[in-house]
Amino acid sequence: MKLLQVNTPVPKDIPLDLPLPEWLLVILLVVSFLLHIIFINLMVGGSIITLWAQIKGLKNKEYDIFAHEIAKTITVNKSIAVVLGVAPLLSINTLYTIYFYSANALTGFVWIMIIPLVTIAFLLTYLHKYTWKNLEKNKHIHIAIMGLAVAIFLFIPLIFLTNVNLMMFPEKWGTVKGFVSALVLPNVLPRYFEFLGACIAVTGVFITWYNNRKTYPIDKIYSSFTRYHIKKIGYSIATVGLALQIFFGIIVLFTLPSKGLGYGVISIMAIAGLFLAYALWYCYQSIICPKEDIDLHFKKIAVSILIFMVFYGGSRQMYRHTALEKHQELVTAHTAEFQKLSKEARENPVEETTDLEIDESLGEIAKGSAVFNQYCAACHRTTEKLVGPPITEMASIYATDEAGLKNWIKTPGKKRADYPQMPGFSQLTDDELKELAKYILTFK
Amino acid sequence: MDFPMFHLDWLNDRFLIAVIAILHVFINHGLAVGFIPYITWLEQKGVTNASKDQITDLNWDNLIYKKMKVAFIITTTIGAMTGVGIWFSVALVSPSSIGSLIRVFYWAWFTEWLVFVTEVILILIYFLTWKNSNTSLKAKVRHIKFGWFLSIFSWITMAIIVAILGFMMDPGNWNNEQTLLNGFTNPIYFPQLLFRTPTAMLIGGVFGMLLTTIFTKKGCDIRAKAVKYASKWILVWTPLVIIGAVFYWSVMPSAMKDNMSTAVGSMEFAQYYDLLKYFIIGTASLSVLLALFALMKPKKINFAFVIVPCVLAFGFLGIFERVREFVRKPYVIGNYMYSNLLREEDYPLYKRDGILKHATYTAITEITEENKIEAGRDVFMNLCSRCHTVNPQGVNSITYVFERMYGFGKPLDKNSMAAYIPNMHNGRTYMPPFAGNKKELDALVAYIKQVQQTGESLEGVQTSGVKINPLNSVKSVTEKLEENKDYSED
Repeated sequence: MKLLQVNTPVPKDIPLDLPLPEWLLVILLVVSFLLHIIFINLMVGGSIITLWAQIKGLKNKEYDIFAHEIAKTITVNKSIAVVLGVAPLLSINTLYTIYFYSANALTGFVWIMIIPLVTIAFLLTYLHKYTWKNLEKNKHIHIAIMGLAVAIFLFIPLIFLTNVNLMMFPEKWGTVKGFVSALVLPNVLPRYFEFLGACIAVTGVFITWYNNRKTYPIDKIYSSFTRYHIKKIGYSIATVGLALQIFFGIIVLFTLPSKGLGYGVISIMAIAGLFLAYALWYCYQSIICPKEDIDLHFKKIAVSILIFMVFYGGSRQMYRHTALEKHQELVTAHTAEFQKLSKEARENPVEETTDLEIDESLGEIAKGSAVFNQYCAACHRTTEKLVGPPITEMASIYATDEAGLKNWIKTPGKKRADYPQMPGFSQLTDDELKELAKYILTFK
Repeated sequence: MDFPMFHLDWLNDRFLIAVIAILHVFINHGLAVGFIPYITWLEQKGVTNASKDQITDLNWDNLIYKKMKVAFIITTTIGAMTGVGIWFSVALVSPSSIGSLIRVFYWAWFTEWLVFVTEVILILIYFLTWKNSNTSLKAKVRHIKFGWFLSIFSWITMAIIVAILGFMMDPGNWNNEQTLLNGFTNPIYFPQLLFRTPTAMLIGGVFGMLLTTIFTKKGCDIRAKAVKYASKWILVWTPLVIIGAVFYWSVMPSAMKDNMSTAVGSMEFAQYYDLLKYFIIGTASLSVLLALFALMKPKKINFAFVIVPCVLAFGFLGIFERVREFVRKPYVIGNYMYSNLLREEDYPLYKRDGILKHATYTAITEITEENKIEAGRDVFMNLCSRCHTVNPQGVNSITYVFERMYGFGKPLDKNSMAAYIPNMHNGRTYMPPFAGNKKELDALVAYIKQVQQTGESLEGVQTSGVKINPLNSVKSVTEKLEENKDYSED
């Protein structure tokens, strides 16, 4: 058994059954996340490549056109990315309610900033796309718009990674104070750079595919770039991305906190890495191969990256599972224990006995006065209006109607428009009520 | 109790959700559900009104395209992100309630998601293929069909989410039958849908007219024509808005009376309810006036004429959502979970043991004179902070609500507050009952008194972090569980 530190909290889970068997939820989580992340890769990677190509386009007009073509895909991919993100969000919320929400709250301010920040980034991508002609003369401003969008897109994944990392370590929750302290926990930054590599790699492969479509009129769009030329740019981008991904992937593997590690996780991650290396090799081959062979390896590359994603996503889920398994068992037991206690308390409710502070010197009205101080004095004074009317007023209204007064105290109605309605005091015993009425009516 | 408490001490936590959710509803109703069919209808008019040799009236088509562009950009940025934002903010502020709902409504939300994916794909197709579809009549007709499909899917997303919203307010059902079907069969589902549908259409039409005044020159024919169409649209839908609103307005109190019989009579609720009535009358009559005037003098219409009804229509929807939220109190999930996120069934236990003992995040397990204020703060965080702030300038701050009762600027009296809090839910039916024990009540009152004196504020866990309750740490939980095990084995 892996050691859990002493100052690790054990919250109670929500005492409702999961809507589906756990394994099915896990599959839904992994698969829907995979779809989501592909479009996130295209959105983030696409923006980075657009920015890069547009800067290059200042000298070579063809790159500016290339940037414009990629920019048009970002706004589509981002919409799909967001909507595909809902399913994995739903699934992780269901499977890891306690862990995910706790991490969210602990980094709350930055977490909620995702909403306005991404909204701004999205608006910037539209602004960028629709002002391509209008800002033709002010290229630097136009590029700055994309630069700002890219900066936001680069920041957002850090927030997500910080959260999915923090959720796996309840033992750290007591030490975290805000986003920055959660960000510097081990493994967040290597994973982040590995992710950026993936964004670039996937976008590179996408560019190759996008420009290989027969219906896509390359000759009309570009003056000197050919289909071959652009596909080669795509492969080159993918090669850079894959190399980054493998490099940082290895760092990720070595910096993974040992808590969730096991032979299973390591071997699946290693297999995933092999597929990535395979894709890298053929990407490189596609760059250096003769012109006519450029499409030869496309399927191998795309499929091996997809397999990598499935394996890597699976291994991350395995890691999370082993990291949290013991803690989840404790949470489940604690939840059951609490429910048992709650049931016991429900079945044997304690009568709330409040000791009245009786001032015997008041003689006959001593008890009534004590009851009044306990229950009524919060809102009623002797002669002036507080929340409700003064005692003197009650006494004059009910001077000859003690029964009416008692009845009103137990079940009051709404009488005065400018006063809030009084709560009913059904908890008073008959004796208390009698003494209270007696006390009030002494003020007439 | 089980989640670290995110807290905004000035804006108020509820307010964070409200801002995001209201913005989302505005965009969803006004720019999607009600706007897309309006746009599709106008696009179709362009084709039917075109001369024989044209596919469509291109000037007209371009105006409608521009309007759609506004809706497309706003819905796919602010609209989409505020939709996700509702999840994010509710998970931060009210994790126990959304966590419970998700376990029951997973399939509903999953279905909603599938419809939503379809909607996004359709809106991408509809907007991005608009210009290309103008090349042949066949393509244009197909494009218009996509517009109608999109309209249907936008409406379905709303129809599903209304079921979930309705379920949360349906008293009793949570404890009996936790199925989605109850969402659709609960007494306010149809009234709500019947109200929301025409209202969305009305807002869509008024907003469309507003865009017309922005994209066209005053007095030109195309503006007059577009304004007339918008007027007809408004005149058709407004009577249905009135019928739907009156229906909903009359059904709600009786539908909700099981869990809020006295709250309907409470002053705060009555105020909102009255305001809604005036908004219904005001918005409907102003829209009709605008539409009639626009039909008679279409060339006179400009931005200034339309902006007031437009703002009012959005305000109408806003106040409607406010009332809907208010009706839910004191519960967040009808008869199951109070708005302080505690389950009703656990109250006897909390009353017996106090809440701090069972809170995951507090440093205090035994209240003493020395730690009283700190204990009071933790009690406040767990029981009050979802709706009240501490900062005297904050929205619905705790000192404000007490001073409103006992007099502004006067020192608060601890005994009065201690006598009031355990009884408040009887008179103020929107308040959940106080869950803590006597010692916790005294600590809370001492804390509120200190807050009034110092004007201090309360930081949420997003800045201050959490302290772990030693009674609920791995060590003690393990010990407790092992003890129970030994005991049962003996």
